[in-house]
Parts: sequence; structure tokens; C-alpha cells
Amino acid sequence: MEELTFTPEIKPPSTKKDPKRWLKDNLFSNWYNTLLTLLAIVLLYFLFKGVYTWVFTQAKWEVIPPNLRKLSVGKFPKDQLWRVGQVIYVLAVLMGLSAGIWKGLNQQITSAVACVGAVIALLPIQVNTSLREAAIIATTLIAVSYVLGRDLQNLKRWVIIGWVLMFPWMMFMLHGFGENSISTILWGGLLLTLILAVVGIVACFPIGILLALGRRSQLPAIRWISIAYIEVVRGMPLVTILFMGSLMLPIFMPGDFRPDKVIRAMIVLTLFSAAYMAENVRGGLQAVPRGQYEAAQAVGLAYPQTMTFIVLPQALRSVIPTIVGQFIALFKDTSLVSIIALTEVLGTADEILGDPKWTGYQPELYVFIAVIYFIFTFAMSHVSQIVEAELGVGKH
Amino acid sequence: MLQNPTKPPFWRDVRFLKVLFQVLFLLGVAAMAGFFYANMMSGLRDQGHPLSLSFLRNEAGFEITDGIDFNASDTNLKAFWVGVVNTLRVSILGVFCATVLGFIFGVARLSTNWLIRSIAAIYVEIFRNVPLLLQILFWYALTRSLPRIQESITIADTFFLNVRGFYLPTIAGNAGLSVWLWYLLWGVVSAIIVVLCFAAFRHLSRSSGLEQTDRPSFASNIIFGTKWIAAPVFMTVAIAGWFLSPGQPFEIIVPELQGFNFVGGINLTPEFLGLLVGLTVYTSAYIAEVVRGGIQAVVKGQREAARAVGLTEAQVLLSVVIPQAIPIIVPPLTSQYLNLAKNSSLAIAIGFLDVFHVAQRMMVPTGQTIPLFGMIMVTYLIMSLTTSVFMNWYNRHITRFER
Repeated sequence: MEELTFTPEIKPPSTKKDPKRWLKDNLFSNWYNTLLTLLAIVLLYFLFKGVYTWVFTQAKWEVIPPNLRKLSVGKFPKDQLWRVGQVIYVLAVLMGLSAGIWKGLNQQITSAVACVGAVIALLPIQVNTSLREAAIIATTLIAVSYVLGRDLQNLKRWVIIGWVLMFPWMMFMLHGFGENSISTILWGGLLLTLILAVVGIVACFPIGILLALGRRSQLPAIRWISIAYIEVVRGMPLVTILFMGSLMLPIFMPGDFRPDKVIRAMIVLTLFSAAYMAENVRGGLQAVPRGQYEAAQAVGLAYPQTMTFIVLPQALRSVIPTIVGQFIALFKDTSLVSIIALTEVLGTADEILGDPKWTGYQPELYVFIAVIYFIFTFAMSHVSQIVEAELGVGKH
Repeated sequence: MLQNPTKPPFWRDVRFLKVLFQVLFLLGVAAMAGFFYANMMSGLRDQGHPLSLSFLRNEAGFEITDGIDFNASDTNLKAFWVGVVNTLRVSILGVFCATVLGFIFGVARLSTNWLIRSIAAIYVEIFRNVPLLLQILFWYALTRSLPRIQESITIADTFFLNVRGFYLPTIAGNAGLSVWLWYLLWGVVSAIIVVLCFAAFRHLSRSSGLEQTDRPSFASNIIFGTKWIAAPVFMTVAIAGWFLSPGQPFEIIVPELQGFNFVGGINLTPEFLGLLVGLTVYTSAYIAEVVRGGIQAVVKGQREAARAVGLTEAQVLLSVVIPQAIPIIVPPLTSQYLNLAKNSSLAIAIGFLDVFHVAQRMMVPTGQTIPLFGMIMVTYLIMSLTTSVFMNWYNRHITRFER
């Protein structure tokens, strides 16, 4: 009988991160990768050189500091700026508390916001004192309420109520009331951009859900009208619809109904994003298993009850990442309102460039605004990726 | 007679309720439409612009420098058409360039080369996260800082880039063109005859000697003949015709600087360039993501199997992965194309006269806002419908052989 021989134990190849090995695997694995790497290095060298010389020697950044207030709040009256401050502070407290109570994702988002606040507070350039002040207070508030939130788990319900009330309170605060009210036309800059995006996504929600349900309804009249609305709106560019809002709304509405252009833009953005929201929600509705509908019917629930208590909660949960994506798209699309002469960030930039003192500063201003947009959208898409992972969408 | 005791009264009958519900809904919609209509009529009466399409025959009164020749004395209808063509021009060119760029960056994002992968990722993140309007304005602002016309940037004295736009050579037919086209026709006819003769000859001569199953079919003979006989025949005739026709049938016209402007060739205006570059770059970032997603969705085993059979990396990608990724890519790609076409309406921000901008120009002088918006709506709906129909056809065509 043959004797069994054991091969001597061999250690697995080392997986230790060796820089030389890494370079070989990732940059010079074969001749064409080497060639590509070298080409890319040459290209990057020229690109960086160009960008570097432009940013640090040629660009005339002096256009930014004096216009920073305009870019952030537009023509919002200077003595009323405390209203914006109030909104930011309450938001900071809510964020801090949520981060402390729920940890996880909230913590990440909040710390990102706190970082932005800290950066603004410590900016080495000349910014006006109120902005720096606001940034310092907001960052401190976040930190303090975070620490408090960790010990105050029973505040949970109040924080949720706070978030729900945040939106109406924000509108009330920014608009004011009575003699001191601030016309929406004075809203501008980044403030207006954010308001338009938030209003658009919040207000389109109910309409979008109704349209989605309408599109899946068994009643042909309702189904066809929903389909017609959704498809026509989705088939048209937003610019044309914005122009329609500003040129045709006055024709179709009674003579005494003359909302100002900011309100009109809000209406248009809401109606526009409702069509897209409807399609997103429809996706969620389709993802709810048929058994859920049937079970609900079997227990004797009527259609409205089936939808509100059984189907919609499941459908909406699964489309949260898509809705975040839509919010990002809407956030970018709000820049189009500058074409109909609204002064959100981009509109403010155009206004600044119209000033003879600042003509020819296009590249600097555009790059600055692009960076602002980039920070916001990049952060949001990052968050949506985390949300997606946490909800486990697409996993089951 | 037994009456069904459980039969509900008619106002609780589902069938009745369904009808009632729809009637009420339609009444509501009709009431709203009526309300809008009444307001519109009274509004139009006040403005003094009764609805009519007769304005289309009137003089436009503005110039369009892009696209089809147009001057201020042409009609509004022609202006609208020029606008439609301009939209199509920028959209089609944009779709083409964005697809090429998008595929390059999409594949690059999955490269084994870390540097290439990172560059592609940064490209996608930057251009996806900045609003398109801002990008278009930026590119347009860049064209403003291009050199003056006398100091144009040039490639081989054929392509010129300056503050007035991009000049490139064009091809024009000569007198010899019609003669050459006759040669081409003759080439096609003779190629068909030759192939048919060849196939028939081969079919007859082989038929006796071989088994029924081994005999090449008539169709395969045709394909073989087309490849090896018809194509060379056609090429020979075409090339011979090129030299035999009087003068060269085509001529390349290179733009030339005469005085203060370039003459000849095609001029792409700065507005067109700004819009095109903006649309291309923005959409290509999205297409890159679509392509990456499609490629990653191809089952890993396919790739491994292809490598195991000894295909090179390029072959794995081109003949195994991409053909399977295409059906996954096409639907989202279609919606990107439609987005690009719709986004071309941002032309209004930099003064390029696309269909929407042209219509908007007409609105104030004619006062016909409503018909003009109707026309815009119809134009965009036709565009999106044609694109979807075409892409759906293409998708069916390529997925026919699947699994």
C-alpha cells in the first residue's frame, strides 16, 4: 500500500500592500497600460499646469468677496438678515439633535454640514462679519445639540415633529408678516436656489403620488388624463415650461390673479417635477408585490385604505434614493430660472456681470458658482448612495 | 321568484361607482378647462390679439446667422423651420459626440489602469454635478476669449478656430459629379448581374456531385459572391469612374482668409460651439455612467469564460461583453438622447437660435403666444416620439438573437 504523503504547508502569497507591487498591478501591468499611464501623466501635467497658472496667477478672484452676500442671499434686506440666521440656527439644532439621537447616516450628514460651517468660519479671505458670525454660531449649535442629543433619546418624537414643521416655519420666517414682510422678489442667491429646490420637491410630492396612482388606475378616464399630463410635461424642456409659466399663466388666470415671478417659478417647478415624481413613485408601486394588494383586499380594506396604509408606505420607502436623485436634478435645474430673470445664484452672477465694474469676470464667477453647486450635488449624491446601501434597495 | 337579498343598492354598486367617479372627474377637468378658456378669451380680447396662424406668413424681421440661409425679410414660418433645423443640427451632432465620449469614459472607468480609471471618475463627477446651463455659459464665455480672426488657431491651415467660431472644410460636388454617379449606378448593376450569374453557375455545377445537405444554398452563394466578387467589381468601376469623369467629381473647399473674414467651408458660430460642447460634455458624463452600469451588469462568468478560451482583453470587451451590454444600455441611453435634445433649448441663454428661441423671438411682435407654444410642444413631442420609436426598433433588432 502506498504511503500517503502530505505536501508541506505553503503559506498563501502575501497580500500585503507593497507600493511597488501596487504600481505594477495598477499602472504598468502590460505594455499598453504603461503607454496609457505615460500618456495620462503627460496630459495631467499640462492640465494641472494650465489650471494652476489660471487659478493662482491669472484669475481675478477679487470679484468674489464683495459679492459674497449677494450670491448667498440676493437682495434680502440687510436689517432683516436675522431671519435667515434664525432658519439656519434652528436647522443646525435639529440636525445636531438628529445626529445625536439616531447616529448613523444622520451623523455623517451633520458632520459634513458642520465641516462646511467650520470652513466658512475660518475662511482666510475677507468675508463680511455676519456670514462668519452665522457660520460660527451654526457650527457651535450643531456641536452642542449633538452632545445633548446623545443623552436625550426621549426627544425623538419632538425632533420628528420639528422636522415636519421646519418647512412651513422656514417659509413663514423668510417671508415675515404684516408690515415687515419681505416680498419674495427680494429672495435671491443661494437662498433662492435652495428654496426653489425644496419647495419644488416638497410640493410636487402629493401631486406626483396622485398622478402615479392615476396612471395605474383601472378607470380609463383618470388613467388617460394622468398619462397625457405626465408624458406631455416630460416631453418638454423645463425652459419652455418656465416661459409658459411667465407668459401664459397671466393669460389663463383671472385678471386679479397676478403672482410675482418667484411664486410663478415655484408653481412651474412644482408642476414640472410632479410629472417626474409620478414616474418615480410608479416605479415604487410596481415594485410592491401583488400579494400585498390582494392581502389588503382580503382583509376588507377599501382602495384608499389599501393605498395609504399598505401599498404607498412600501412603495415610497423603496424609491427614496430615486427621489434624492430627482432632488439633485431639480437643484441643478433651478439654475434655469435665471433665464426668466430670477436672481438665484446664477441669476445673481448675471446681475453682477451686468455691473460695468465687473464685466469680463465671467470665468471666475462661473467657476466659483460651479464649485458651490458641485459641493452640494456631490454631497447629496454621496448621501443617496449611503441611503441606498442602508435601505438595501435592489438587494432583495 | 327569489330576490337576491345581498344585492347592494345601486349607489353602492362598484360598477356604478366607477362610472360615476369617472364622470365626476371628467366634469372637474372640463370645468377647469372651461375656466382657463374663458379667462383666455377675455384676456385675448383685452390684448387685442385674436388667435390665428396668419402671422406665420408675415415677415420675421430678425436675422438668423446659424444654419439655413435666412434673412430678416423671410417669413415667420421659414424662421420656425430654420429653428427646427438648428435644434436638430445641434442635437444630432451632440448625440453623436456624446455617445463617442461617453463610451470612451464609461469603458475607461472600468480600466485596470488606476490612473485612467480615476481620471474618468473625476471627469464624470465634475461634469455631472455642475448645472448644464452654467457649463454652457462657461464654454460660451471661453469662446469669447479665443484669438482674433487674423491670429486664428489652425490645424494644417484647413481648420481654423477663432473668436468668430470654428471654420472647417466642406465637400462640394463638381460638374463631373453626375457622370460619376452614372458610373456608380453602372457599377451596382454590373455587380448584381455578375453575382447572380456566379451564384446560378455554382448552384448548377455543384448540385450533381454533392450530398443534399452539404450543398451550399443559393442564398449562401449570393452572400459569398457579394463579398468576394461584387464588392471588388463595384470598387473597380467606382475608382475607374472617378478618373474617367471630367474633372474631379468632388472638391474639398478649404476656408480661406479674405480681408476680415473666412470664405468657403463651414462656419460653426461661437454660440453653436458653446452649446454643442456643453451638451456633449454634460451628456457624455451621464452616458459614461450608463455604459459602466451596462458593462458591469454583464455576468462575470461570461468575461471569465471568454478569457478562458484565450481571447485577448480587447476581444473579450468587443465581442463578448459589449454585445451583451448593449441591450441593457439602450433604454437609459435613449432617455439621455432625449434629455440632450430637450436641453438644447438652453440655447436661449447664449443667443443661439434653436426652435424655442426663434419662437420666443416671435412672441412679442406677433402676440401669438399660445399658437407658438403649441407649435413648440408639437415639435418636441414629435422629436421625442421619433427617437423612442427608432430606439425601440433598434433595441428589438439587437435583442432578437438574445439567449
